[in-house]
This record gives sequence, C-alpha cells and structure tokens, in this order.
Amino acid sequence: MLRIDALTLGYPGRTLVKGLSAEFLPGEVWGVLGRNGSGKSTLLNALAALTTPQSGMVMLDGKPIASLPRRAVARRLGTLLQEESREFWGSARDYVLLGRYPHAQSPFGWGRDDELIADAEMQALHLDHLAARPYISLSGGERQRARLAALLAQRPGVYLLDEPLQHLDLPHQVAVLDRLAHEARQHAAVVVMVLHDLLFAARYCNRLLLLSGDGRFRMGGASEVMNAENLGELYGFPLEAVDAGGERLFLPAHRSATSPDV
Amino acid sequence: MSRASGLVLLVAVATIAILSGLAAGSIAIPIDKLVSAIFRPGNDAVSDIVWKLRIPRVVAAFSCGALLALSGALMQALLRNPLADPYVFGISGGAALGVMLGMLLGVGTALQTGLGLGGATFAALLVFGLSLRAGNWNPYRLLLIGVIVAAGLNAMLSLILVLAPQASVKGMLYWLMGDLGYAGNPWPALLIAFLLVVVSMPFTPAMNALALGRMKARSLGVAVSSVEVVLFIVAAIAAVTAVLIGGTIGFVGLVVPHLVRLIGFPDYRWLVPASMLAGGSLLVAADMVARSAWAPLQFPVGVLTALLGVPILLLLLAGRNRDAAH
Repeated sequence: MLRIDALTLGYPGRTLVKGLSAEFLPGEVWGVLGRNGSGKSTLLNALAALTTPQSGMVMLDGKPIASLPRRAVARRLGTLLQEESREFWGSARDYVLLGRYPHAQSPFGWGRDDELIADAEMQALHLDHLAARPYISLSGGERQRARLAALLAQRPGVYLLDEPLQHLDLPHQVAVLDRLAHEARQHAAVVVMVLHDLLFAARYCNRLLLLSGDGRFRMGGASEVMNAENLGELYGFPLEAVDAGGERLFLPAHRSATSPDV
Repeated sequence: MSRASGLVLLVAVATIAILSGLAAGSIAIPIDKLVSAIFRPGNDAVSDIVWKLRIPRVVAAFSCGALLALSGALMQALLRNPLADPYVFGISGGAALGVMLGMLLGVGTALQTGLGLGGATFAALLVFGLSLRAGNWNPYRLLLIGVIVAAGLNAMLSLILVLAPQASVKGMLYWLMGDLGYAGNPWPALLIAFLLVVVSMPFTPAMNALALGRMKARSLGVAVSSVEVVLFIVAAIAAVTAVLIGGTIGFVGLVVPHLVRLIGFPDYRWLVPASMLAGGSLLVAADMVARSAWAPLQFPVGVLTALLGVPILLLLLAGRNRDAAH
C-alpha cells in the first residue's frame, strides 16, 4: 500500500532520518515517537508527498507518489497536518465538506453523497450541533475534531496524522483512537500517527518507529521496541516500567530524584 | 443574510443601477421612453442617445467594475491577504505609465491603449518572472515583488506628471483617478469579462481550499502551483482590461469582494460571480452620479467609487461586529 525506500530526510546541515526503508501494510497502526524536532512531522509530510525527501522514494500502490496526480493521491491518502491556518471563510460544516474535495464530481456543488458522509462524520465526532457555527469561532478542541471529521470524510486508505490528540479531551482522544483502529482492522486501512502519549501508543499501535533526530531510528513491533531502556534513550529522560491492570505502563521518573540533564 | 435573499438583493441592485444609469445624464430620459427606445428603437433623438451614448457607457462601466471585482477576488485568494487588490502587482502602474507616455507624446487613442497594454503586460511579466526566478514560487514573495515594482512605476508616473505640459496634466489626473469618459468600444471588455468568469469558475473550489494554506490545499488534492499560475494570469488580464477602459479606478477591486462576503457569500463558488455582479452595479451607479449630479461638470468616477463604497462597507462592518457581540 505505502512503502518507503532508503528515505533520507533533513535540511542543509542536518540529517534527521537516514536510509529509512519500511512497508506500511493494510491493517497496521503505526506510532511515530521522538523528541521535539526529531523529524516526525518531516517524515509525515514526506510520506504525504507534501515535501520532497533529500533522497529515497515513497511508493503508493506500487507507484512513485511524486508521479501521481495530486487529486489521485488525496483520494488514497489523507493527512492531518500538525498546524494549519485558523482563518477559514465558512462554517464548521463547510470545513468538513472540504474533506470531500478530491472526490467531488462537479466543481459547482457537493453531491448528495458528499453531504451525507460529511454529516455522518460530524455526528461521529459530536459536532452536529456546531455545524452552522463559523469555523473560526470553534474552540481548540472543537476545531481539532472538525479537522479529524474532514479527514475521515476524505475516506482515504492511508491515514497520516500529526499529533491527532492535541487539544482533545479524554473521551474524544479515546473515541478518535478507537475509530482509527477500527478503520485499520475493518477497512484494511493504514494508520501512521505521531504521538506523544506512551500509554496510547502501547495500547493502539502494533508497529512503532522511534526517531532519534540524528539520522538513527528504531523500528519494530510495539512489544519488542517499547521498553524502559529504548524509551529512556529516545527521550533522554529516565522512565520506569510499571505493570498495572495487565498492561505495561511507562512512567517518567521523578526529576528531583534523578536530576537528568536535558 | 441567507444566500437566496442576498441573491435577490444583488439582482435588484443591478437592475436599478443599470436602469438609472441609462436614464440619468445631462438629459434625463423618463422610464417609459427609455423602455420603448431600448425595445423599439426609432430614428428619434432619445433612441440615438440611448443606443449611441448611454448603453455603451453603462456597458463600459459594468464590464470595468465586474473585471475589477473579479481581479480583486482572485488576488485575495491567491495572496491569502484581505488587503490585496487588482493593482498590487503594478499592473495599473504599468498601464498608466504607457497611457501617460502616449498622452505626453500626443499620440492617438488607439496607440495610447496599445502603450497601456504594453506597460501593463511588462509589469505583470516582470513581477511574475522575478518571483518565479527566485526559486520556490510563493505568495509572500510575489506580493513583496509586486509592491516594489508598483512603487517604482508610481515614481515614474509622478515624474511624467511633473514633466508634462500644464494643459495635459488635468486629463492625466482624471485618467489616474479613474474616468470612463475615455472608454471606446466597450463590447470586447464585456466579452472578456464573460470569458474570464467561465475560466475562473472551475477553479473556485480550489480557491476555497487554498484559504487554509498551500500545504493543506495540497493534501486535499489541489495542484497548488498550477492553480496559482492560473489565478495570477486571469487576475492580470482582468485588471489590464479594466484599466484600459476606465483608468485606475480604485476601491472596487479591494472592497467589493469583502462586501459580497459580508452579505453572505464567503464561498468562492458564489463569491466570484456575486462580486462581478456587485462590482459592475457599483461602478454603473457611481458613473451615473459622476456624470449627472453636477452636470455639465463631470467628476472622475474613481472619486465616487470611494465616496459610495466606504460608507457602505463601514456600515456592514459595524453591523457585523454588533452581531458578533451577541
């Protein structure tokens, strides 16, 4: 579905990721972990063909993604950017409908299907009562839900999400992750998301990619990659593994006790 | 305001503006005579005035206003800047420089228009070429280069005004302020306005997405760079055509798209055609006042567009702020 070959990312004077090859298979949920500025967003933008990698190739359905028309890419692959303009001309519903852009049959209006899908996704994220509100008047969490609803309305096969949980309250964090896991399991979608929450990464991801930010990376099944040593090295911060309720949790050690150098 | 009532309002305003534009002037024509002169033209003086003077003038004003509003709407989408107008790229400065040079040299009207077209094309190509040459084409650099080129052209215009003989300065000033008195055959401009709206409409959904930024638009499937090039070219052709008919009429291109947003058409699929209708009506009305209110004295219409448009926009903005406060 989505494959990368010897991908090298960075900017002049700094290499963030060096020679990363991976295959993202249907049904897999990937978590990308790393410190600030370690190249997580850069990787996601390269996967989405929004930026050109320094070297290497991104292949979508067996073809180089850069050679495909934008619209064809957008029908298969949806991206939730970490940030975007808050200025928008219309209502929350106008915004969510824009997710249907790559599928629109006519430039002059939305089809019945487009409206039904957008309304269903708004309802799923509890936005139906805000549909007519100007998008710019939404709160941070409501705006994030509208952004997620637009992405879900896009109905891609590959979901690329840069910090999908930001601004969301706990029930909505869980609802969004459940929905993404459902898309992967039931509709054979690929989900690749940048996360900072280790608990949710452990609970929802079956594959993890740890980016050190200096070209090195660690990749593998969640249970093999996630241990206190790897994570402590990744974040430059000591972590403790605690078993509770049948899950292994990773808790940050108390700073005063350990006084790490950050 | 709902879309339906906004549309009714715009069509009503356009009808009133066009009818009064045809009726009013140095000789007022009563509405019944006007209607019969339009539909059953005879050999009388009224038919002559309507067909040879008023209709061409109203068509010139309407096309010019519609083109300016279209150009302004596209520029605002392209630059994602609410202050963008048709003249930010120095297109008006280039055209004005050509026409002024023609006036200074005392050449005929056709050659003046040719020189204006040359100047505007030069300015547009200069801005476009420089921002492409700089490597990655982006709206901020485009805006910056446009503003700089426009400033340079304006300096040259001032130089010409200083050097020109006293007798021709007034004509030049009228042209610079915007005056439809020099409009020749207006029908090609109406045709161009029609063609440009047909070309722009399929790009309006992409303009809606571009409002969220280039990255977001790209992730939704918009071929951003190609769309931006099309918007630039259409906006430039519209601005050049408008300037060649009516001089550098200010305000219409900047304000009409905002006006149309405020009455309920923020979606570009509606905003583009609605702006053209509103821009055309505003200029027809302003031109009617400019040539009849103080007849036989004729004012440059550019002064009137600002005098009419500023209070309308301020009222709408004040009303919106009050709504938002509730």
